Amino acid sequence: MNALISTALSGVVLMFVGLFVRNKQHIKFFAIAAIILSFIANLTLYPTVQLGSYIQYGMIEVSKFSVLFNAVALGATLIYFLLSGKEFEKVGEHVGDYFALIFFILAGITLASSFSNLLMLFLAIEIMSIPQYVLAGADRKSLKSNEASLKYFLMGSFSTGILLMGIALIYGAAGTFNITELGLGADPVHPLALCGIILMAFALAFKVSAVPFHFWTPDVYDGSPTVFTSFMATVVKAGGFVAFLRMFHVSFSGGAISQHWTLILSIITAATLILGNFSAVFQQSVKRMLAYSSIAQAGFMLFAVIAINQFAAQGIVLYAAAYSLATIGVFAVLMKLKDYTFEGFNGLARKQPLLALATTIFLFSLAGIPVTAGFFAKYFVLSAAIQHGHLLWLVIVGVLCAAISVYYYFRVIMAMYFKQGDPEVEPISGGFRAALVLTIVLVLVLGLFPGLLIGWL
Amino acid sequence: MLTVLLILIPFIAGLIAFGLKGSGPKVLGMIASLASVATAIGTVCTLHADPKKLSFVTDWIPQLGSQFRVGLDGMGTMLCLLTAIAFLLVFITIYNRDIERPNSFYGLMLLSQAGLVGVFTAFDALQFYVFWELALIPVYFLCSMWGGEKRIPVTFKFFVYTFLGSLLMLVGIIYLYFQTPDHSFSWTSFTSLQLSMGDQKWLFWLFFVAFAIKMPVFPFHTWQPDTYEQSPTPVTMILSGVMVKMGLFGVLRWLVPVLPEGAAMWADVAIVLSIIGIIYASCIAMVQSDLKRLIAYSSIAHIGLMSAAIFAHNEQGTQGVLLQMFNHGINIIGLWIIVEVIQNRLGVKNMDQMGGMARKAPRMAIFLVIISLANIGLPLTNGFIGEFLMFSGLFQYNHWFMAFAGLGIILAAVYTLNMIQKVIFGEGNTLTDTTTDLQPGETVALSLVVIMIFVLGVYPQPMLDLVSKAF
Repeated sequence: MNALISTALSGVVLMFVGLFVRNKQHIKFFAIAAIILSFIANLTLYPTVQLGSYIQYGMIEVSKFSVLFNAVALGATLIYFLLSGKEFEKVGEHVGDYFALIFFILAGITLASSFSNLLMLFLAIEIMSIPQYVLAGADRKSLKSNEASLKYFLMGSFSTGILLMGIALIYGAAGTFNITELGLGADPVHPLALCGIILMAFALAFKVSAVPFHFWTPDVYDGSPTVFTSFMATVVKAGGFVAFLRMFHVSFSGGAISQHWTLILSIITAATLILGNFSAVFQQSVKRMLAYSSIAQAGFMLFAVIAINQFAAQGIVLYAAAYSLATIGVFAVLMKLKDYTFEGFNGLARKQPLLALATTIFLFSLAGIPVTAGFFAKYFVLSAAIQHGHLLWLVIVGVLCAAISVYYYFRVIMAMYFKQGDPEVEPISGGFRAALVLTIVLVLVLGLFPGLLIGWL
Repeated sequence: MLTVLLILIPFIAGLIAFGLKGSGPKVLGMIASLASVATAIGTVCTLHADPKKLSFVTDWIPQLGSQFRVGLDGMGTMLCLLTAIAFLLVFITIYNRDIERPNSFYGLMLLSQAGLVGVFTAFDALQFYVFWELALIPVYFLCSMWGGEKRIPVTFKFFVYTFLGSLLMLVGIIYLYFQTPDHSFSWTSFTSLQLSMGDQKWLFWLFFVAFAIKMPVFPFHTWQPDTYEQSPTPVTMILSGVMVKMGLFGVLRWLVPVLPEGAAMWADVAIVLSIIGIIYASCIAMVQSDLKRLIAYSSIAHIGLMSAAIFAHNEQGTQGVLLQMFNHGINIIGLWIIVEVIQNRLGVKNMDQMGGMARKAPRMAIFLVIISLANIGLPLTNGFIGEFLMFSGLFQYNHWFMAFAGLGIILAAVYTLNMIQKVIFGEGNTLTDTTTDLQPGETVALSLVVIMIFVLGVYPQPMLDLVSKAF
């Protein structure tokens, strides 16, 4: 609740700051201060949920999970501002507006992690989506950016419609919007409820870019200004997942009904893993590779949605943190380069050892190699799926795909360390270096002691 | 605490080495490896006096029930000793060589040593997995940065192979974790599991594939000759001397004790694969003209015999394997040192371009003959006793298996003698006429190898006593 209010207010304040403050550097400082305040405001709720969660106004449930997830989302955004805040200026004039839109998205995410009413779910998804349509088209002079925005808007509105249809059907079956009281577990399953669940699953799968609802992803991620792609592919995607997970774990997990959607989602997961990984292999641009890699990683996060247990909740938090940190880091380095192809990275290790080291550690994390946060993220979602008991085939598919993912992540490492070249790199400021080191430390610390994060749950 | 020290010495030295310049890294590497050998000898003494002192447990991830749990038994101590000696030999040999970017080279070498010792001392499955991966990553960078022409695709293949294997193992580890009553990763919980036959049947393959890729056993061996050929020779020494032992160690420490019935059930398959590997690799070795590939294939053959003897699963076979793990490590490193010397002098690896080196480099020739003969297991050398025990173990299990595996010895003699003849005897040529004999550093390293060959060949009892100490 605190995080929701503080992020929404920060968004409004930043719009006005954008009007009155001319210096773009100062706007960035305002944004960083606002995100830190929101982070703290969110954490102040933690003592109140020690004994258990509680529901506010029948709409929002404050729980350890929601507080922790909000903290991860806000923390990742803070890192994002520190690493890439400067890039906002390059997109266009209205820096204040961009920051404001990011804060509105965050408000949607905090709602997504704590809704207890289907109306709130719908609002959360919409609040997350609409600013993204704007951000995707922020570079008004670029045709690709315009195309990305329009494509995203059309497809996004369509899937929102499907979500609404699903909600309506479920309301028809259950007679309530309160997610804890839907009571759909009874056997035989109500056909309206089943249709509703399937429609909702499809709509949410669209939001997290799961195959076969992923077609917008590569174009939108590639066309949008890189700095916003970085945010859309990480924190926002994690927000979509938390809504997905919450909806399905709280309302659809009991009784006979879960068997109906588990199979559908398992197939979606397998398809996401296979298609995402294989497509990423064939990319020539690192930015597009990261777009497909985000689809592939979504496959792993879907493990947590399917497997309903304690490991799944821990896994999604850890995965969100690990994946967001690493991807934001790689994007931050990418934006310092002129050439976004793999060849653009040739010889980076000689020229900028710190950038190369950071990228290597982030890519290790994405590939799930030990002592980086990504390893335990994968570990937890795999554990969740293995504990579920009937998903071993999916686990094996996942493991094979993880091995494939090494191929395209390591292509960047090979280019940086083992190939000769003279990449054009923008000047690196001291602040950027410090932020990069901070991110590396976070990735390694979470990779050694994941308990520091999930211990809060 | 000594055990922790064994990991920490190379780890910290490795991190420091990255920041040093000039001859700093190699001096540090030498000091660190001497300290490691001293510590390893210390653990041998402690193991005889008070084995409990070698264990160390502290919480790591309490939410998962995973602990940082290190300990040493006879096998672990032997392998740590081998690791320490191997790195010392490598560092002595390359002390006078000019290496590009020595700080990264020594840093990565020392980090891989830390990873290897971590694997050999881990008694917690998750920690074992983490070290298993950590040992691989520095080696990947070493091979890719200092290797031969085709190094990048070759080492990448190596990496993906082993990574896939270890991910399968991770699935197995997580599955076993959920079967333990107290949800723990410790070795004792894993070994006290009473798994059903149905579970063991498929879990066996998750672990076996991971270890078989590392050893490597036929048909998972295809990464190995390329990698050995393309890697810089110091790294090849570590790969073939110590890293392949990770696979054997994994089978002995984790696979057989945790899944005994699975191992017994698939033993025939595993042994047949190993024996195919022995004969196949030996045949290829006979027609190799590339010196590095020849030794790589001979290594596949030797490892094949060890893996067959493990799955024969009897006292003698296992003892032979334990003994041979150490001896094979020493001998193959000795051979690689000579290859390194030849490459350094001649700049070629093709045996057809060599010949007549005995006249120009008599000391090297003597060392080559002794080490090669030890490698094929001549009596009075260290290779003999281990092979004898392994064959008698295999014989008890099945006569026919032993007979086919025995072919390997004959073939080994053929390609080894052929290699000796081509390299050091015969007519010299313009290339070999300019060669020079061993330098002091190389002589010291090879003398150490030969001393160990004879001491362990004549009096293997101390080593047998050491390796038979169970945890």
